[in-house]
This record gives sequence, structure tokens and C-alpha cells, in this order.
Amino acid sequence: MTKHFFGDTTALLGRSLRHITRSPDTIITTAVMPIAMMLMFVYVFGGAINVGGASYVNYMLPGILLITIASGIAYTAFRLFMDMKTGIFERFQSMPIARSSVLWAHVLTSLVANLVSLVVVVLVALLMGFRSGAELAAWLSVAGILILFTLALTWIAVIPGLTAKTMEGASAFSYPLIFLPFLSSAFVPTATMPGPLRAFAEHQPVTSIVNAIRALFTEQPVGTDLWIALAWCVGILIVAYVFAMTAYRRKIS
Amino acid sequence: MTATKARGPVIHVQGLEKSYKELRVLRGVDFDVARGSIFALLGSNGAGKTTVVKILSTLLKADAGTAGVNGFDVATQAAAVRESISLTGQFAAVDEILSGRENLALIARLRHLKNPGKIADDLLARFSLTDAGARKVSTYSGGMRRRLDIAMSLIGNPPVIFLDEPTTGLDPQARIEVWQAVKELAAQGTTVLLTTQYLDEAEQLADRIAILHEGRILVNGTLAELKQLLPPAKVEYVEKQPTLEDVFLTLVGDNGKNA
Repeated sequence: MTKHFFGDTTALLGRSLRHITRSPDTIITTAVMPIAMMLMFVYVFGGAINVGGASYVNYMLPGILLITIASGIAYTAFRLFMDMKTGIFERFQSMPIARSSVLWAHVLTSLVANLVSLVVVVLVALLMGFRSGAELAAWLSVAGILILFTLALTWIAVIPGLTAKTMEGASAFSYPLIFLPFLSSAFVPTATMPGPLRAFAEHQPVTSIVNAIRALFTEQPVGTDLWIALAWCVGILIVAYVFAMTAYRRKIS
Repeated sequence: MTATKARGPVIHVQGLEKSYKELRVLRGVDFDVARGSIFALLGSNGAGKTTVVKILSTLLKADAGTAGVNGFDVATQAAAVRESISLTGQFAAVDEILSGRENLALIARLRHLKNPGKIADDLLARFSLTDAGARKVSTYSGGMRRRLDIAMSLIGNPPVIFLDEPTTGLDPQARIEVWQAVKELAAQGTTVLLTTQYLDEAEQLADRIAILHEGRILVNGTLAELKQLLPPAKVEYVEKQPTLEDVFLTLVGDNGKNA
């Protein structure tokens, strides 16, 4: 039945996108928290944080973008969980469709919704004084990294979406992901952190991703950070995909 | 792939077993369903009705035994089975955020049919939902939701329809509406397998009734056959009181197409 994969995915994508356009609060709430953090960090704490000459909004935007994604994907888990709970998931699975298109539609919806949220956050950052002289190629690279990061986290979100028993359980997994940027180079230089924390911060995925995006925005050479960032994103993506598909097969057999 | 017609029973179940860890839900279930008939699987909560339906609709794999639908084996020819069936689950599996019309059109698109919009409009008319067609399903009453649910199951005219407890949680009017819809389906030659815990529902609708209890079919027959299992009827004179349902339906007035 794979000959219907694209048609079925498109039909189901249309369905989930309608969910978003009819309850745009999912995009607004996704964007509001990072924007509030951005306001707080720039106008409250920012004056006291020394990032070595750079404007603080420029410095922290990459981390804020990752937080935006981490909070946005909770809705994917939520929407999938609701599909499971209401029985519409079973209805689709009992129909002559390409069965995996049900998951892919949710994943692509997550991508679209997160990209919209990211654009909103970047626009607010521009109002707050964010400036970058980056060229189109650099912006596209940033977009590529963010898309990859979104896909990786979305496949993580699929796992609780399929297996959670309660709605709270389906979205609670995102809290540690939202918190992770605080233990990285996103808001303060890692050099200011005490030993063990610094070691963690410098070797967790968010730091390399933030550093790569920051370098692209400030027109600095990206160096090895870019490759480490890509390796993390692809690695997380593959592992999460495998686990998600395992959980999915367990559900439909 | 098109659903081919097979001779003999359209649903054939033999020796079906299924356990969830320690719990043996099905302990050897056998039954056949003739083409174009309404077959009721009657049983209390936890008897294993939903498990049977899930196995027949390829959502669950049996531990042992065989099951065939429309001539296809549910384990080895699952895709062909899915072409032949429609499942209406225990809870109206409709999309609350979409309108009724969009729900129908979505299913038509997923069944790869032409003119999904026209199919949707026809079914809305058939199930008296035309006026509500453009409204979000979250504004529908329980009966309207169930009607939409059943309408979604009819798209593509699958020869076999599974209805898992179609009237649980519905008010008496909505229940009668659903019964009406099921009878119309069977009149057009669709085979209906329904599960229910309501005795009167099985009595009203089914050509054959099987009682599922503790994972086995206790009896299987027509209503008349089942009645013969008990000692012959005694003639007693009973003052026929209206039931509360009669009172309710008389007071409320219609049998509620627009409930």
C-alpha cells in the first residue's frame, strides 16, 4: 500500500494543519514563553551578564530558538495522544492507507508549526534589537540546523505521544528539554560555570548547536561546532526514530 | 486491490485465543457470520468483545486460531482485510476540530475515492446532518456524533462493518437513530458485526446472536433458537405498563432526527 504514502500523508497533514489554524493558541503559547524569557533575560538579567562585548539579544537568540522548539514539540505529543485516546488513530489504522502516514503527518505538522513559531520569535527579537549581517547562505544553514533539531525532538515527542497513559504524561517529557539550554552556552559563557557543570555544559548537544548558530549569525567561522551539532541532531534523530517506530509497531500489532 | 467476493461465510473465526500477559481474554472463540446479515456479539464488560473486533479489524494479533474476513486472512492478508472493512470503535472516533463535512471528506480521501466533497454531501443528507455539516463536530450532540461516525464507516461501501458498542452512552432517541442506520445498512447487503452489552439491542437488530462469556462463545443462534434453550413459555396475564422509555419518548415527541 506504499503507493498511497504521499497522498495519505498529504490528506492527514491537511487535517492536522487545520487543527493548528483553528486553534492558533498552540503557536501563540509556543512562542509566548520563549519571548517572555527573551524579554526577561535581555532587560532584567542581561545588564549583569558579561558576554564579552556582543549585544545580549544577539548572544542569547540561538538558545531561545532551541527553547521555542523544545516547547513546541510538546504539542505533537499532545495531538498524537489525543488521536490515540479518541480512537481516531485506530480508525485510521483499520483503513486501507499507508499506515505510517499517520505518524508522518504529525511529524510534518510539528515542523510547520515550529517554523511558524520560530519566525514569530525571530521577528520579536528583531524588534528588541537583534541584528545579524549574515548572508542568505548562513540564514539557510541556521534554518537547516533548526529543521534538523525540530525533527529530532519531534521523533522524541512521538514516543510519549504513543505510549503515555495521561495527557500530563504525554507532555511532561518536554520540561527537561526546555531546561537543557540553561545548562549550556546559550545564556552565559560556559567558562563562568563551576567544574563538573562546565564539563556537562560543554559536551551536551545544545552548546554545539548554539555555538554553530551563533557563529553563523555573527559571520564567524563555524569550525567544528557545526559538525558536532549536525552529528548530535542526526544521532538523536536516528535513535528517537528507531524507538518511536518500535513503540508504534507495538501499538499496531 | 479490490475486495473480492468469497463464497461461504463472510466472517470466519476459529479457535481464536488472546491473552494480555496473565489475563486470558479469549479462550477459543468460534463463529461464522453470513453475508448480508447482522450478527451481535453479546457480553458483559470485559467479556472480550472489543478484543474480537480488534483482531478482526487487524489492530491486534491473535495468539492462536484463525480469522478470515471477506475471504482474506486477518494475519497474513491484513491489507486486503482493511480494504474490505470499516471499524466504528467504542467511542465515536471523529475529529472534533474538523466539521462534519471535513471528517467525511477526509475519510473519502484516505479511501482514495474521487469527489470526496460530493461523497461527504451525500452522506450528510442521508444521515440528516446537512444543516450541521459545516459546524465543528465538538458542537454536535452524542447522537449526531455517532451518526457521523457511522456515516464515516460507510464511505467506500466496505462489505463488512464492525460496530463496537455503537449505542453505549447514548440517550434513547439517539439509540433508535443508530438502530435505524444499522437496519438500513443491512438492508443494502452490508454485513454488520456489532458488539453490545444491551440485550434489547441484540434482540432488535440481530439475525444471529452469540453470547461471549469469559472468553468463549456460550451459545450462538437466532433469537428464536436462543429462546428455546429455556423451558417453554408459560402463559401469564400481566398488566402491560408503559416502560419509562415509552413515557420518555412519548413526552419528548419525535424520534429525534435532529437531536
